[in-house]
Amino acid sequence: MGGVEPVSGPNVAWYLALAAFLFATGMLGVLLRRSPLIVLLSLELMLNGANLALIAFSRQHGRLDGQVFALAVMAVAASEVVVGLGLIVAMARKKLTLDVDKLSTLRG
Amino acid sequence: MGNFLVWVVWVVAAFSCLGSGIAVISFANPFYSALALIGNLASLAVLYLLLAAEFVAAAQVLVYAGAVMVMFLFVIAYLGGQADAPWAGGPSVQSVAAIAAAAALLVEVIVVIGLAAGGDLSTAAQIPSSFGSPAAIGQAFLTDHLLAFELTSVVLLVAAVGGVILGHHARSGTTWGASSR
Repeated sequence: MGGVEPVSGPNVAWYLALAAFLFATGMLGVLLRRSPLIVLLSLELMLNGANLALIAFSRQHGRLDGQVFALAVMAVAASEVVVGLGLIVAMARKKLTLDVDKLSTLRG
Repeated sequence: MGNFLVWVVWVVAAFSCLGSGIAVISFANPFYSALALIGNLASLAVLYLLLAAEFVAAAQVLVYAGAVMVMFLFVIAYLGGQADAPWAGGPSVQSVAAIAAAAALLVEVIVVIGLAAGGDLSTAAQIPSSFGSPAAIGQAFLTDHLLAFELTSVVLLVAAVGGVILGHHARSGTTWGASSR
């Protein structure tokens, strides 16, 4: 095959629909769940939905920019996880309840 | 024949992607959610391979499913993973509103993509076989996207420093503003 043919199998629209579903699922998790750990996991779902759309469009246009962007998003996601998990551990050390509905002040 | 095989792989990957995505947000125990997210990331890597993004698929497995998720699992194990039942107490106003908002966003995204891209999506560009290879990605990063590459390194450095500071303050029991109390 060598990759020189047009997309074999499903065309890009299917990937985009899947990406939209993934993003909406992640958003539902962020809005619905109270545990900050699961909110972070749902954020990862949203970022991955966006990544799938970027890579699908990159394939569609035959340009690498989308893949480069997806790698940058991956680095941002890793940074976000480091800071987010650091905050959650710091909250747990201060014996705060891990519930995003109860954590409504910045003072902690 | 090859086409049929690609469809089969796509359908399996897409359904495991959706299923594990829903599992992530519906497990009560964060440990299971994290494990479901690993499955989600793995099936996404398969989809990236189908889209000729070999390097991104490899990075997805190494960086996400490897490094990031291991850190998640460590923190969940450390905190003891308190279960919070997502559907306890029946549907509240908040959960109904959340489902409505997510559904509205889904419809919006699909309508906007459909309007903007319309019929263009059925035919994709011809790509060389080197598309998405590490060499091609590296060249894109170090020529056209050099600024993004350097900024990414700065972001990672700042996040690492921030993680160390948060961890240090948590360990010594002092936080900002604690002296004013």
